[in-house]
Amino acid sequence: MLCKKNQGETTNTLKAESESLKAKLEEERAKLHDVELHQVAEKIDALGQFVMKTRRTLKGHGNKVLCMDWCRDKRRIVSSSQDGKVIVWDAYTTNKEHAVTMPCTWVMACAYAPSGCAVACGGLDNKCSVYPLSLDKNENLAAKKKSVAMHTNYLSSCSFTNSDMQILTSSGDGTCALWDVESGQLLQSFHGHSADVLSLDLAPSETGNTFVSGGCDKKANVWDMRSGQNVQSFETHESDINNVKYYPSGDAFATGSDDATCRLYDLRADREVAIYSKDSIIFGASSVDFSLSGRLLFAGYNDYTINVWDVLKGTRVAILFGHENRVSTVRVSPDGTAFCSGSWDNTLRIWA
Amino acid sequence: MVSKMSSKMVGSNNLAHAKRMVQQLRVEASIERIKVSKASADLMRYCGENAKYDPLLMGIPASENPFKDKKPCTIL
Repeated sequence: MLCKKNQGETTNTLKAESESLKAKLEEERAKLHDVELHQVAEKIDALGQFVMKTRRTLKGHGNKVLCMDWCRDKRRIVSSSQDGKVIVWDAYTTNKEHAVTMPCTWVMACAYAPSGCAVACGGLDNKCSVYPLSLDKNENLAAKKKSVAMHTNYLSSCSFTNSDMQILTSSGDGTCALWDVESGQLLQSFHGHSADVLSLDLAPSETGNTFVSGGCDKKANVWDMRSGQNVQSFETHESDINNVKYYPSGDAFATGSDDATCRLYDLRADREVAIYSKDSIIFGASSVDFSLSGRLLFAGYNDYTINVWDVLKGTRVAILFGHENRVSTVRVSPDGTAFCSGSWDNTLRIWA
Repeated sequence: MVSKMSSKMVGSNNLAHAKRMVQQLRVEASIERIKVSKASADLMRYCGENAKYDPLLMGIPASENPFKDKKPCTIL
């Protein structure tokens, strides 16, 4: 049994090693910082004027829309709200196809299953539940509900992996976890954040089994799904990271933060390579998503706007008005023809 | 969350935490990195190769976009 004095010495040596490793990391990263992305991008043509308008408005939630996800069929959408309701919409017609009332308010997370046959959701109930979608409109979806994930604080985000069989969750309890849907068994847990985890995104399937998470500790962490190991960590934001999204090639990811900036981190260079910010943008970015080619970044902000950024040049190419309260979620459709935004004004908008 | 711990436990928790930090940093320090110039070139190449398939970037005619309303036809 170590006496306090010996413990103190060992902790101090470890702390010193910690500091020296951190310094070494910074040094290694700095060596490879030979140029800025926007400088390399000077030689490509600037983007022209963008005209994007609201093409559909989905009305029906009784309170703030907190999250949404597209179905792989490119037309259906699931959305969740502070009012405890989860609604499945046909975005082409704006018809509501299903509605579920959750036993809690603030349903902060929802996701469509890859098959299109189920949705997952959760929030202040600390759980992630899966509802199979029935073709019978009159069927009570709540009866078939399956509780899959259990956290010790709110569920902030959830995503099916490549099949309906597994779900990845992030939570206010500071962890992420991978679950088997059928049995509800915890397959892997991911520890490393020192505060609430607010968002996660799975790497595009070609890139293998990793995902990125971001949270209130201002860090974005990249994880190996099989081992649970945190393989890379990025800490350049000055406030909470609200949303993380992979670049379509899987080589980079973008973040949106309460520090009013969005940033791009390249995984192979192991550093931040772009900041999307303006002096006039002073409200937090709540949500980000890339267009299909990765050239455009759509970001929703707490000042009710959506800014569209040129990912390579770092400039803003459009600002979209329409929502009457904070934009909480922004997702591009699976075929890239449109993107959907959800807002605290209780509506969702489809833009194209 | 307030946890009451004896100073001995706090001591050993600090030790465990410090060990984890060092192990984590060792993992992170050991990965292979490429230059930003190469990483940027790859990001740009991906954008370039996929630009033509990106409807929001290129703009597609209303007839091909289910969300854009087509002009109504007038029957003469």
